[in-house]
Amino acid sequence: MSDVRETITRVHHEEWARVVASLTKRFGDLDVAEEAAAEAFATAVERWPDVGVPPNPGAWLTTTANRKAIDRLRRENKRDDKHKEAQMSYDDPPEPLGVIDDERLRLIFTCCHPALSMETRVALTLRMVGGLTVPEIARAFLVQETAMGQRITRAKAKIKAARIPYRVPDTEDLPRRVSGVLTVLFIVFNEGYLATGPDTDPVRHELTSEAIRLTRLIRALMPDDGEVAGLLALMLLTEARRTARVSASGELVSLDEQDRGSWDAAMVAEGHRLVRERLAAGVAPGRYQILAAINAVHTSARDVRDTDWSQVVALYGQLVRVDPSPIVELNRAIAVAELDGPEVALATVDRLSEKLDGYHAFHATRADLLRRMGQSQQARAAYDKAIELAGNTAETAYLTRRRDQLAGPSKPS
Amino acid sequence: MQFLVSVLDDKTNSATPEEMTAITAFNERIIADGNWVFAGGLAAPSAATVVDNRAGEAIFTDGPYLESKEYIAGLWIMQADDLDAARDLVTEASKVCNRRLEVRPFL
Amino acid sequence: MQYLISVLDDESDESTADAADGSGDVDAFNERLRADGYLVFVAGLDSPATAAVVDNRGDAAIFTDGPYVESKEYLGGLWIVEAPDLDVALKLAAEASRVCNRKLEVRPFVDE
Repeated sequence: MSDVRETITRVHHEEWARVVASLTKRFGDLDVAEEAAAEAFATAVERWPDVGVPPNPGAWLTTTANRKAIDRLRRENKRDDKHKEAQMSYDDPPEPLGVIDDERLRLIFTCCHPALSMETRVALTLRMVGGLTVPEIARAFLVQETAMGQRITRAKAKIKAARIPYRVPDTEDLPRRVSGVLTVLFIVFNEGYLATGPDTDPVRHELTSEAIRLTRLIRALMPDDGEVAGLLALMLLTEARRTARVSASGELVSLDEQDRGSWDAAMVAEGHRLVRERLAAGVAPGRYQILAAINAVHTSARDVRDTDWSQVVALYGQLVRVDPSPIVELNRAIAVAELDGPEVALATVDRLSEKLDGYHAFHATRADLLRRMGQSQQARAAYDKAIELAGNTAETAYLTRRRDQLAGPSKPS
Repeated sequence: MQFLVSVLDDKTNSATPEEMTAITAFNERIIADGNWVFAGGLAAPSAATVVDNRAGEAIFTDGPYLESKEYIAGLWIMQADDLDAARDLVTEASKVCNRRLEVRPFL
Repeated sequence: MQYLISVLDDESDESTADAADGSGDVDAFNERLRADGYLVFVAGLDSPATAAVVDNRGDAAIFTDGPYVESKEYLGGLWIVEAPDLDVALKLAAEASRVCNRKLEVRPFVDE
């Protein structure tokens, strides 16, 4: 019994996007595809425990979902003769696998279309490609279920009314559109890795693992894309440190204080393998590949003292050229502090104050540099500002401890 | 002169079958009379996308530029010899489609 | 599939199309649209002050001077284009935005 349930969960992971994609192709309607796929899985949950799992669960689900879709269209047809009977024949031969794989890619690009807002792209991708339910997505982003449901319904209506195409973009648009897809997946991952709200768990494994699963899928569909490999490596090397990142008391543990023995060795190894693969490709790396390489340097050091900081600084220098944002400058400065000392780093950081004044990590970085320079009073003020701006509970706890450990007049006894 | 006739409504695709029949008859007549340039019903504003390519890299924004209760649900473009003829056409159009209309001349 | 491309004009922004950055060749763009079979209609609108609202739902027609809604930004003109899907329509709109140096809104007509 529980075996069947596990199988259903696994099949849901493996087959959901495929079923939705092939139905969207056939009926030209995301809404019909989504509903029919959901009904087919509900039928599986109901029947498989009694009759057993069919030998080819994917084909069973696709066939069942096709029937559900045709039933729905027939029902609507009776009320509304706009739908053509011609669309509906039960006995089309199943499509060959390669073509269907391509359909999943189409589905991803449609869900991540630039004419949809970023929140909508994230929600739609999790629903249509990831197979998460509306309540699950609503919970993940702290949005009311009805509001999330409306967001998805509205997106499906726009895709239909404005005719957002169901296809893989042409060569000219592909790099920009892939980068749009990766942004969506990175948002999902980051929301899980460092939840922004004060009312959620600081790290939400369901979102990080879903982001990794979807990035793996895109990697399988686009194996030659360097940035896809880079993002997957970056996620793996970050996720590998997940359990070491929050202490038993719910406090964020910074990289230098983490128990490196508890990192997930398999994920680290896979991440390193991907980074080496990209280095061997000899193509100028994009943002995600450089970030992955930085994380590969960190995860190669058995002890924080073994970290190759000059390599990290060099990689951040490369990243600044690809993405000259103040946040990248800030991260580069943190590495510079290890190489050239906190004074040098602080000079760079202070130049960013105008652009990053509202960003908690800016103040946390300043606080840490000032602490290391022995400027307790200024460090305390910076910690206060960082705590005020931070939303993540584990991070707030970490910053508060660091502040309270400062020497100086207002240190609690 | 050509002029834009915007149909004002707070929903789209809301014409009743009777209204649709009247609109079709009206359209057929003004086509025959040479007053018809274009007519069409618009999808809901939420299907709109704003495009700003003034700075060299196109920025797309989901949704209409202005959110409002009432909006343009469809439009005609008509051709008339003078303002009076235009006024007669639009008066009749408001009657047949049973909506308020806004009229504005093209340059 | 037809799309309405509305030109969003701002009364505080009086820059003319051809004054932009040398790219403001609206006429050439329109010619190309026509030649490629995308163009259904294009024209600039007179100022909103020339608008009138007509309500003939009741017994007698009521005419009101001025646009139905007063706003700083308003419809300054429009294109209607025929395109196979939104990707093509957005590409045309991006070019249109560049040549006329305005923000645009792209909205589909209901597919008949």
